[in-house]
Amino acid sequence: MRIIVLIKQVPEMDRVKFDSEKGVIDRKSAGVEINPFDLNALETAVQIKEQVGGEIIALSMGPPRAEKTLREAVARGADRGILLSDGKFAGADTRATSFTLARAIEKAAPFDLVIAGEMTVDGDTAQVGPQTAEYLDIPHVAYVTDLEEASDSSLTVTCNIWEGSYRKRMHLPGLITVTKDINFPRLPELKNKMKSREVEICRWDFSTFSDNLSPEQTGLKGSPTQVKKITIPPPIERKGQVFSPEETDEALAAIEKICREKRVSGGQS
Amino acid sequence: MTQQEYNGIMVIAEQKDGKVHPVAFELLGKARKLVEKKPQGVMGLVLGPETLDAKNLIEGGADRVFHVTSEIFNLPDELIYKENILPIIREIKPAIVLIGATTFGRSLAPRIAAALDTGLTADCTDLQIDDDGKLVQIRPAFTENILAHIKTKTYPQMATIRYREFSRPDLDPERKGEIILREPSVTSQNRVEILEEVTRQKTNIAEAEIVVAGGRGLKNAPDFITLQELADLLGGTVGATRDVVDAGFISKAHQVGYSGHRVKPLLYIACGISGAPQHKAGMKESETIIAINTDPSAPIFSIADIGIVGDWAEVIPRLLEKLKQ
Ligand SMILES: Cc1cc2nc3c(=O)[nH]c(=O)nc-3n(C[C@H](O)[C@H](O)[C@H](O)COP(=O)(O)OP(=O)(O)OC[C@H]3O[C@@H](n4cnc5c(N)ncnc54)[C@H](O)[C@@H]3O)c2cc1C
Ligand SMILES: Nc1ncnc2c1ncn2[C@@H]1O[C@H](COP(=O)(O)O)[C@@H](O)[C@H]1O
Repeated sequence: MRIIVLIKQVPEMDRVKFDSEKGVIDRKSAGVEINPFDLNALETAVQIKEQVGGEIIALSMGPPRAEKTLREAVARGADRGILLSDGKFAGADTRATSFTLARAIEKAAPFDLVIAGEMTVDGDTAQVGPQTAEYLDIPHVAYVTDLEEASDSSLTVTCNIWEGSYRKRMHLPGLITVTKDINFPRLPELKNKMKSREVEICRWDFSTFSDNLSPEQTGLKGSPTQVKKITIPPPIERKGQVFSPEETDEALAAIEKICREKRVSGGQS
Repeated sequence: MTQQEYNGIMVIAEQKDGKVHPVAFELLGKARKLVEKKPQGVMGLVLGPETLDAKNLIEGGADRVFHVTSEIFNLPDELIYKENILPIIREIKPAIVLIGATTFGRSLAPRIAAALDTGLTADCTDLQIDDDGKLVQIRPAFTENILAHIKTKTYPQMATIRYREFSRPDLDPERKGEIILREPSVTSQNRVEILEEVTRQKTNIAEAEIVVAGGRGLKNAPDFITLQELADLLGGTVGATRDVVDAGFISKAHQVGYSGHRVKPLLYIACGISGAPQHKAGMKESETIIAINTDPSAPIFSIADIGIVGDWAEVIPRLLEKLKQ
């Protein structure tokens, strides 16, 4: 089985600083890491490979420094990495990202399975997975929470959909997007860490795609959606009365009153 | 693609077993307000069994409703949905297509947008019409620290919109409109088999009016029984932080926050929750917030209407006692 895992390098969201007056994000204030959901995607690939054998390719589109992310993916079990990096790819929305990733996956073919994370912590759209599947004309199952069975021809999974969950069997080739619930990503193993330092990360720039991608289809030019303006959400005003431990009796009276006011008619007593 | 060819707003209404998801009505209500600025029609598109009452969508604000009738739409099959939606969008050419940002909506909309090769904005919280008549799609970004205002160059302009951002219009039984029945063009595909429905979520926390939530200040699963007791008494639902869900105290269905459910209840009671940005992202719009935390510097207090510095295990049982009187 040949598995392609989609991995994005993202800012460490806990550390990103915001200038809430100017509405600017200081991306330099934070380091970068693998999008946390993509670690679950990679772990899923490693588990499938352990069962049925095969090869795992980590694929990422991003600036040159994202090469480090692909080395980390190798340390965590990928066999090799491909980085799509070119000024022409920059500024892509989910349409341009998915389109470019789909053309790259075709170049990396043959493949049986593509695995993406549920969403990225910086883009937060959860769109790139299903859009990539459509541009590849393959089926997808989104929000996968459990991997039941994998064979060379199909995958049986459980996914969260419609406020419940469904078991689905997808015939390959296909794409899944996985949630955090699917597994606990393991730490890099020593032998893989050594390999990750030596492995060659393929770098594909725009010229690699001379036959299947035009400049109008990728990067900023290939992005139909554009951010026109950034605003700061109005701060939520709270009267904010804080009671100290000595004032617990008073506090209890206050919250009892609120509870009685808000109690829903369906409530007991 | 020119703007002239594309007209009106189409709301794709999600349904299951003939019951339309409430977000569809919220979107119809919003669409009516948007068309005031530029007179064009509001359309509904629903794929569901014959028993589904499409007239409700007219009462909610649609001028025309396309109802593709088949039992097959009681299964969450993105591929069959897509094949039946595409011909209608291609024929009707709506300028704007809105879909609720439910799990199914967020899985289906990207496939439709890619098939039409148009732009799609995810998980919007507000919509406006600009002076040039184009749609402005507003969505939070960077853990809700900023709001991005997005416009789409291509047609139709597509967006998924969060549940509970817009108010639900009152249904108007006098409203007139046209229901157009369609036969499904595709009823099977052989690439994904839907084997069975495993669970149906009993706790629909996204719709709860009252949420009693617990975090790391709770020490084990049985601690949640006390919160459940309060929730039952108030007619509410129990919520939780990711940390206690990961610890296995309670199921993921109860998780509130960035990677869990977004809630907007009348009352949110946070017990032993520090108030991390990822948790606040899911609950900060609650009407009233009560926080109980032993640490006076816990960030949750900065968004609480009433904060109590104290042990939840002392405060909640005393509150229960008072409420039972
Ligand atoms: C990508 C990503 C997504 C995430 N998504 C979510 C999400 O959807 N939802 C979410 O909740 N988190 C999410 N998180 C995690 C989040 O960052 C925090 O780790 C989490 O919210 C903290 O949970 P907590 O408040 O229960 O625990 P803690 O931060 O450990 O806080 C526990 C609090 O309880 C108080 N306390 C202790 N004992 C008592 C007592 N007896 N009585 C009263 N108070 C007491 C303590 O003072 C403390 O403030 C996400 C993180 C990442 C990186
Ligand atoms: N630039 C990228 N390179 C590789 N994979 C990506 C990229 N952007 C998004 N993805 C994949 O798509 C998933 C969903 O991303 P998003 O639609 O941005 O929320 C991520 O978890 C990744 O698996």
